[in-house]
Amino acid sequence: MARAMPLTTEPDTLAEVHTTSVRSESQLRLTWRKFRRHRLALIGTGIIAFFYLIVAFAGFIAYADPNVSEADRSLLPPQRIRFFDDGSFRPHVYALTGSRDPITFKRVYVADPNQKLPLTFFARGFEYKLFGLISTNVHLIGVEGANAEETLFILGTDLQGRDLFSRIIFATQVSMLIGLVGVALSLILGVVLGAVSGYYGGFVDTVIQRVIEVLRSIPTIPLWMGLAAGLPRDWSVLKIYFAITIIISLLGWTTLARVVRGRFLSLRRDEFVMAAKVLGCRQPRIIFRHMMPALISHVIAVTTLALPAMIISETSLSFLGLGLRPPAISWGVMLQQAQNVQAIALTPWLLIPAIPVIVIVLAFNFMGDGLRDAADPYSKLGR
Amino acid sequence: MFQYIANRLIMAVFTVLLISVLSFVIIQIPPGDYVNSYIAQQEASGAEISIEEAESLRDQYGLNQSVWVQYFKWMGRIVRGDLGMSMEWNRSVSSLIGERLFLTVVLTLATVVLTWALALPIGILSAVRQYSFLDYFFTFVGFIGLAVPNFLLALLAMYFGYVWFDASIGGLFSAEYVDAPWSIGRSWDLAKHLPIPALILATSGTAEVVRVMRANLLDELGKPYVVTARAKGLSDWQVIIRHPVRVALNPFVSTIGYILPYVVSGSIIVSLVLGLPTVGPLLLRALIAQDMFLAGAIVLLLGVMTVIGTFISDVLLMWIDPRVR
Repeated sequence: MARAMPLTTEPDTLAEVHTTSVRSESQLRLTWRKFRRHRLALIGTGIIAFFYLIVAFAGFIAYADPNVSEADRSLLPPQRIRFFDDGSFRPHVYALTGSRDPITFKRVYVADPNQKLPLTFFARGFEYKLFGLISTNVHLIGVEGANAEETLFILGTDLQGRDLFSRIIFATQVSMLIGLVGVALSLILGVVLGAVSGYYGGFVDTVIQRVIEVLRSIPTIPLWMGLAAGLPRDWSVLKIYFAITIIISLLGWTTLARVVRGRFLSLRRDEFVMAAKVLGCRQPRIIFRHMMPALISHVIAVTTLALPAMIISETSLSFLGLGLRPPAISWGVMLQQAQNVQAIALTPWLLIPAIPVIVIVLAFNFMGDGLRDAADPYSKLGR
Repeated sequence: MFQYIANRLIMAVFTVLLISVLSFVIIQIPPGDYVNSYIAQQEASGAEISIEEAESLRDQYGLNQSVWVQYFKWMGRIVRGDLGMSMEWNRSVSSLIGERLFLTVVLTLATVVLTWALALPIGILSAVRQYSFLDYFFTFVGFIGLAVPNFLLALLAMYFGYVWFDASIGGLFSAEYVDAPWSIGRSWDLAKHLPIPALILATSGTAEVVRVMRANLLDELGKPYVVTARAKGLSDWQVIIRHPVRVALNPFVSTIGYILPYVVSGSIIVSLVLGLPTVGPLLLRALIAQDMFLAGAIVLLLGVMTVIGTFISDVLLMWIDPRVR
């Protein structure tokens, strides 16, 4: 229709409009510009990228098989890496010999300064599959002429004598991915239910909002604990993994649904939605084609803020012994060994897996906050 | 006003019903029924249970009937105050939970009070002295408080308590009072042990309330009535405390609805780490031993406790802020 009508504007006035108008930028570019000014958010994003790099290359970065246990190496304290040998840069570690203290029956380890074990890059070690596809045995670091499992313990070992560093690397893989899967699930639930609730309103809205209110007023941990405890003991690691993800995301969708609903409520009366309606669009098309793009940035921000909650949930549940179970390795599973005072007092390095949890949760929070500010076209930031 | 309370009350009853269904689901989840695990347990300790005995036990608990009948029977018993038997302890659930539930309530209340006591001055300070060093400092601390899960804080507190003070900070009572009957000495002992767990539990809630409080107060500070109050010659602090703070106080009451479930959840894990005699460790043990009547009862009671707390906060909010009516 519009094409059939002749343009009433004179060409020269059009040109004038063009010269006076400021150059325009897409929403995405504007968002990025604002986001870039948020320094903490940028740092957070960097840290998250670094963690996902670890996730992708876990087998390469870890130097020891995370499941090889040896009672003779139990609870070894973190080993010191010496970078210089006679003034020249030659990283090495001392060989360790373990014995049992005759009085306290504690295992004590003595480093032997005469037996220097040089470290090398791209050393050969245990077999693993890079990206789950390429079979290889090259690792980032290793010990020259010796088995890394028997000689190198950067962060010490746990009760079963497994290398803590390598286990943390593999735990990162599990814990970071479970958050993603959980968020994906609650994203679907939250967006669909929130959209329906906000778009249709009325009775459907009331019911969904009441359900959300009820779910939010229940203490989550006891509920999760109850559901997780019901999982059969003989299930495989993978099955438990997915069951835990579902349990965690069961309650995670409520925040998202609220946000989406709020946006839909305000968008519903906007002119462009009315226009779409008048043009005869079907409802799914109005919702997903016209309204969704308007709130997608906000949804992304909220999702980023939901991820750390998922990671904490998994860590808490596994810490209690109700989440992932060994032989699965996650931060929570590792922290289980640091549950009592004796463990903390005598072997504080078992608390090390707490550090990545805190770092990544902070990073996600910073990034989410930055994204939220940047995605909001009315925020003052960056103007 | 009456309608508002009635509305909230209906909502609360509805929530309690849903919680009861969820608790019952928890009881039902494990494969086999409670008699199966009871038999397995008795056989493990050498005792024989005949088929007749098993059947009579099933009859007693109505395990042969449909799930819905079982649910209503369970609810019926609970309404009459009978929470069922714990098979692991072979004692009634109510006798097991009694003091622990009381201590859970005490810990939760202490946490909420501490949250407020910390958040009020910090929130006011951050808003009034916006972008000052203290504002940035508390924003940063608040970020950490929000980000670090409670149980990790508890672990770290234990570690530093051990390294710096060479003392274990666990427990709610000193050794001589653990099994003692209630007395003034015991209450005082409890009061001395409460602050650290309460502080650990209060961090995230405090961070949340400070954020809301700061934002609300900043909105209020620029309003004309504040300028008027100032023009009348009130001192700076008098203006702030008497006028905008009163308006900004709402989050203190309204956020309790979100804080309470959070504190109750957190108290379970923190109790476990610090060895506090609340229902948390009991719940975990019950779940691992599949002592489902005990576990179900604890989940139900924690849920009901939260709903009651939220309801009280709703009524309080209405009382404080006439606009809600």
